Amino acid sequence: MESDITAMILRNLSRFVFAGAAAASLALGGAAAAQDTATETEQAAQVEQAAGDDAPAAATEALADAEVGEEAGSYEYMGPDMIKGQPENWGWTFQPQYTETGESALFLHNAILMPVIVIISLFVLVLLLLVIAKYRRGANPVPSKTSHNTVLEVFWTVIPALILLGIAIPSINLIRAQYKPAPADAITVKATGWQWYWTYSFPDNGDFEITSNMMDEAEAKEKGFPGQLEVDNRLVLPVGVPIRLQTTAADVIHSFAVPSLWFKLDAVPGRINEKVLTIKEPGIYYGQCSELCGARHGYMPIAIEAVPMARWEQWVAAQGGTVGGDTAEDSEAAPLAAPASSTEGAETAGEAPTDSAGAAAEAAN
Amino acid sequence: MATTANPEHVPAHSDHDAHDAHHDHKPGFFTRWFLSTNHKDIGTLYLIFAIFAGIIGGAISGIMRAELAEPGIQYLGWWVNFMGGEANFDQNLHMWNVLITAHGLIMVFFMVMPAMIGGFGNWFVPLMIGAPDMAFPRMNNISYWLTTVAFCSLLFSMFVPGGTGNGAGTGWTVYAPLSTLGSRGPAVDFAIFSLHLAGAASILGAINFITTIFNMRAPGMTLHKMPLFVWSVLVTAFLLLLALPVLAAAITMLLTDRNFGTTFFDPAGGGDPILYQHLFWFFGHPEVYIMILPGFGMVSQIVATFSRKPVFGYLGMAYAMVAIGVIGFVVWAHHMYTVGLDVNTKMYFTAATMIIAVPTGVKIFSWVATMWGGSLEFKSPMVWALGFIFLFTVGGVTGIVLSNGGVDDNLHDTYYVVAHFHYVLSMGAVFSLFAGFYYWFPKMSGRWHSEFLAHLHFWVFFIGVNVIFFPMHFLGVQGMPRRYPDFAEAYAGWNEVASWGYVIMAASMVIFFVNLAYAFLAGRKAEDNYWGEGATTLEWSLSSPPPFHQFETLPVIEDHHDHHHHIKPAPAH
Repeated sequence: MESDITAMILRNLSRFVFAGAAAASLALGGAAAAQDTATETEQAAQVEQAAGDDAPAAATEALADAEVGEEAGSYEYMGPDMIKGQPENWGWTFQPQYTETGESALFLHNAILMPVIVIISLFVLVLLLLVIAKYRRGANPVPSKTSHNTVLEVFWTVIPALILLGIAIPSINLIRAQYKPAPADAITVKATGWQWYWTYSFPDNGDFEITSNMMDEAEAKEKGFPGQLEVDNRLVLPVGVPIRLQTTAADVIHSFAVPSLWFKLDAVPGRINEKVLTIKEPGIYYGQCSELCGARHGYMPIAIEAVPMARWEQWVAAQGGTVGGDTAEDSEAAPLAAPASSTEGAETAGEAPTDSAGAAAEAAN
Repeated sequence: MATTANPEHVPAHSDHDAHDAHHDHKPGFFTRWFLSTNHKDIGTLYLIFAIFAGIIGGAISGIMRAELAEPGIQYLGWWVNFMGGEANFDQNLHMWNVLITAHGLIMVFFMVMPAMIGGFGNWFVPLMIGAPDMAFPRMNNISYWLTTVAFCSLLFSMFVPGGTGNGAGTGWTVYAPLSTLGSRGPAVDFAIFSLHLAGAASILGAINFITTIFNMRAPGMTLHKMPLFVWSVLVTAFLLLLALPVLAAAITMLLTDRNFGTTFFDPAGGGDPILYQHLFWFFGHPEVYIMILPGFGMVSQIVATFSRKPVFGYLGMAYAMVAIGVIGFVVWAHHMYTVGLDVNTKMYFTAATMIIAVPTGVKIFSWVATMWGGSLEFKSPMVWALGFIFLFTVGGVTGIVLSNGGVDDNLHDTYYVVAHFHYVLSMGAVFSLFAGFYYWFPKMSGRWHSEFLAHLHFWVFFIGVNVIFFPMHFLGVQGMPRRYPDFAEAYAGWNEVASWGYVIMAASMVIFFVNLAYAFLAGRKAEDNYWGEGATTLEWSLSSPPPFHQFETLPVIEDHHDHHHHIKPAPAH
């Protein structure tokens, strides 16, 4: 009960502050989109989508089937020109962001946190240089005897507390935005970490699964992709729609991280973690496992290929999956069934990865 | 032992300088150094031990920086063969994990903690409160030897199977299930055993310090007249006492999960890997304050000494440390923002973590205010302390960035975190250690180091560590994950810079050891109070080095002595 009240107070406070922050962001050139507007747009998109689902299903399905019939197996993966999320040599800023939450987090960092911490550091440096110059023994041979000053002490306790409050409110608002639950019709992807690769399954789309291993470095470079980041089978996702990304692990803890999408969620055996991911633009986004998981921890990258919805449906079809409303019942059952499978995985943890994942992927192909 | 105070003695408390020569007899070599119950000898043993462990831990980071100087795997295979294994792809990568694990555990448990608490704490807490020794001298000896055995156990773990190859490759956090199902073989058991022993040693030490500080202060030395270094060790001892049992419980459960079929952290049996992380960080976060608080204390003494001014806001400084200690116990899950915490938990830990910046800010500003109006003398300890204040601030403000749960979704487990905690430890804790070392080395050894070399050491070390660690912020925001032996080519530039920084840092350590050799071979004899009138705590009333048993007649802290000055003579009436 108490926590509810606290949450409510925080929510109201943060709404108040965020309005200010949003105004500031617009004033600063719109580095971050105003959150309220974003929310409205997303809701509108969801309404449209829902309307689409209600439309005569037969027609949509027929269309989808036709597409699948023509395009099955013909999905072409993006080339190096579409790479958007990757590190650059001598880079010293965050990678460009391609999600709403990424943009608002980047705004919080660049417009609030960085100025504050740079000013504090410089302030302390200037104070130190000042006392070094002014109160060195040569300049001030007789020390003062001042050893306290209550006003000053209250001042330097209260001012930092207020600065922190100014940081905490937008910060807590950011967390709230990041935890917005996925709408019921969001596309579900389950990423499972293995030693040392990822499998991705789509429980709402016929539950097909793909296995994603790091592409050999030489091969990747030859094709124009960054070594150690490129994979053999990318995780293909649709742009502009919310994706319910679930993570779990089959052996030890892994972490599914993509810096340019401001996304990092641990994959823990026996647990399903879930977060919404809405990618704004088509492109390739690279990430890497971010929790120590044994010898080849450094060699299990993540590559997301974001494409328009129609292209994504083609890809799903090419993998042997299904699209459309006919799998709605499966999708509801899937999250419940999922923990059981992860427990199975945990039992075999420490052994060589089971064949089932690979077999499933082959079957899907 | 005489307990009656002799007012005539108060001015210098040098109660027995004159007759040291004939009753200051020391035991023979073996008894003195292996069966020691003397707090100063045990302190010396701890310092030697910490330097030795620091050389090993520092050399391991050298191997790591060499490997990371360019993309690809270059040297790990050589080390696998050197350590008695057979190099292959997985063995080489496992060796990397063993190195990072060993570096972390050695630097935390066998370098910083023994130096801060075992070394300087043992040496100077009894001296500063006017006690003849620690409360439990033989327990003190047990603490020391348990620490050395713990270190041997950790080193031994590197030579026995630990899953993919020899050694424990779990990271210093020893997360389950990588440390249980993911690491077959006795290496992780040896590492756990090492932590058990080191933890037991620290708990005994903490009990010893708390008892000593509460019961053995000289007459008139109230808690609010204690030097801030003693306050810092007192708070640290409470943190140790409350945090280490939780670590012990967590790693004992790991041990039973590994060997006796329990499933505390195994979901297949109803356990939860995240439970381990909660337990570990309930210890782990106070642990970071355990490593830095004694440094705060030393810096306070040093800044006051070389400003010739009492510490500004003494009570605020003391209770800021208490506040940091208390809040340090309720912020642990900020190390776990990405494990799948629920939204309210994440909001709470974000807000609570930020609060720590307030007492920390009080300390930084109070140090500056201590110097304000002072008469500053830039001897080597002061220079190191100034370096500490600035670099600790830099490390502290990146902590504010990381405390934001939403921002940490990108930075968690990247090199930004590595940069942050090396700024507060490798620069914070280590700078305060060197400050304390140069401050007290002539007191402990009776011989002068070279001030020139100490300054040179500072500047080269300062440049070196900044060149190593500052670029890591860039690597972190660019997304480079930590604990990687290899990296995409885009991370090559800053990694090479960081590796060159290591070379500079290593050169500064050569200067340090040359300085040590110089002091012992040719250093001139140190006077009793070689820093002059700014040095006002009780250890300065004694000879350098102090007599084997000091304060056989207890010093008395009179009304005219405040928290700052414990040795000035009574004002003339």
